[in-house]
Amino acid sequence: MVSRSALGWGVAFVVLVALAIPWFLWNDASMVAGLPVWVWWHVGWMVVTAAAFAAFARRDWGTFAGVAK
Amino acid sequence: MSALLEVGIVAAYMVVALAVGAVAYRVTDRTAEDYYLAGRGLGTGVLLFTTFATLLSAFTFFGGPNTAFSSGPEWILVMGLMDGVLFGLLWYLLGYRQWLLGRAHGYVTLGEMLGDRFGSKTLRGLVAGVSIFWLFPYVMLQQVGAGTALEALTDGLVPYWAGAGFITLFMIAYVVLSGMRGVAWTDTLQGVFMLSMVWLAFAWIASALAAEPGGIGAAMPDEFRALGGGVYSPQWMLSQAVGIAFGVTMFPQVNQRFFVGKSEKVLKRTFALWPVLVVLLFVPAFLLGSWAQGVGLAMPDGGNVLPVLLAEYTPGWFAALVVAGALAAMMSSSDSMLLSGASYFTRDLYRPFVNADASESYENKLGRIGVVVFASATFVASLFTPGTLVSIGETAFGGFAQLALPVGVALYWRNTTRSGMLAGVAGSQLFYLVTVFGPTVYVGGFPVFADAYWGWLPPVVGMAVGLVLTVGVSAVTAQATSEDASVYFEAAD
Repeated sequence: MVSRSALGWGVAFVVLVALAIPWFLWNDASMVAGLPVWVWWHVGWMVVTAAAFAAFARRDWGTFAGVAK
Repeated sequence: MSALLEVGIVAAYMVVALAVGAVAYRVTDRTAEDYYLAGRGLGTGVLLFTTFATLLSAFTFFGGPNTAFSSGPEWILVMGLMDGVLFGLLWYLLGYRQWLLGRAHGYVTLGEMLGDRFGSKTLRGLVAGVSIFWLFPYVMLQQVGAGTALEALTDGLVPYWAGAGFITLFMIAYVVLSGMRGVAWTDTLQGVFMLSMVWLAFAWIASALAAEPGGIGAAMPDEFRALGGGVYSPQWMLSQAVGIAFGVTMFPQVNQRFFVGKSEKVLKRTFALWPVLVVLLFVPAFLLGSWAQGVGLAMPDGGNVLPVLLAEYTPGWFAALVVAGALAAMMSSSDSMLLSGASYFTRDLYRPFVNADASESYENKLGRIGVVVFASATFVASLFTPGTLVSIGETAFGGFAQLALPVGVALYWRNTTRSGMLAGVAGSQLFYLVTVFGPTVYVGGFPVFADAYWGWLPPVVGMAVGLVLTVGVSAVTAQATSEDASVYFEAAD
């Protein structure tokens, strides 16, 4: 039986992996503040990832590696 | 004057490292667990930096900017996926699980952990053997790099063999003395130093570029601005990120660090900090590489582009500091590898197969002898740098990646069998070795052994082979009576 939080985090992790490279910006050469726009995406996405990891660690750390308490 | 300064800085680093080593020696018990794992007591900052520094330090300054210089800065995204997201998740899925098991059963190495659960000396020896096979040439390459750099630094005054030999001696003295605790402490000092250097260099050069007509944007070559293109295809980027992220987890010096966290809290904090560290280190370092291309600098033959860029925009002493820091970084990668390589050798090969009755104090001595033997052997090899060893070293990440999925299956699937593990580990290694060293084989237009499979690289294809073999063979074989799945699934819970 997969719990709802496991399912939710599973989906969240897949999204974090899938969009670490912004495929929708493929071939996009626009520049923002002197840098390619996808560099800014990267910076933002890493912040989002860190926040998600921190929330997971705080609330649902045992979910997958499975420590029954 | 700059050469003298660089040598002076390298020497200063060595003195500091030895001092740290001496302090670490004083607080280290004479047990294997304390020597190899710092008594499983590392805190967040030290664990974070020591894991990062062991693998990525020299790459941050040299290899990475070189790639961004010649192919474009997209490697930033590969690093983000690889080390920010995937490695973070593996840190949790493999690392946390290994930490729990290591704590419950006192494991010091990966081979030990697998051998215990599957009741198999063969598996334990195989994993250690495979690891040393890939690690040995990789350490050799570090010595080659350091020897070459010292020779270049002193304009040939210190010949290659003397430079490499001196650095080897230093590392032996240092690792024998201090063990994991000292290695981790110096890594931390060095990590903080590197992070500051990268940002200073970035700020320095960015402000110089901003003052020029066109600003910072003009320094980004037109052909580098769009995402993708050139070598960067989706399959290539994904293959690199996946292959290296999984490979990193099985490098002995990283895998062993899964066992050393002080508490669950430490693991949780490190987990969330990976993406932050990735942004802070790699974005500035790789942008510098691409800017060097944009301002029209040339990469020296067999050299690195970052020192050229620094020489152009920053004072000599600063460039010297960075180059010396990178040299120190190479050493700090090697010392961790030496320590872990020696522990695999003594615990998983020597003890089970040669001398099973070694006492604790003898093993303590033996671990240090292992360091001396391992370092001396890689040094001798580095004098000849046989082509085969160089190829093995350069493909080591892929070789280690082959171990990751069988280990993951074993950690999470109760029905994994010894036969499945042996098939998965041996089969994927064989496959990968043939793709690296064997002939290219196509059958009916389909690649069987090739450099690329519809754009995907051999390490990733080999991982799939290993996964299929581990799961498939486990499904059709039964667990031997000497296997004990409960070791992973009950004691840890």
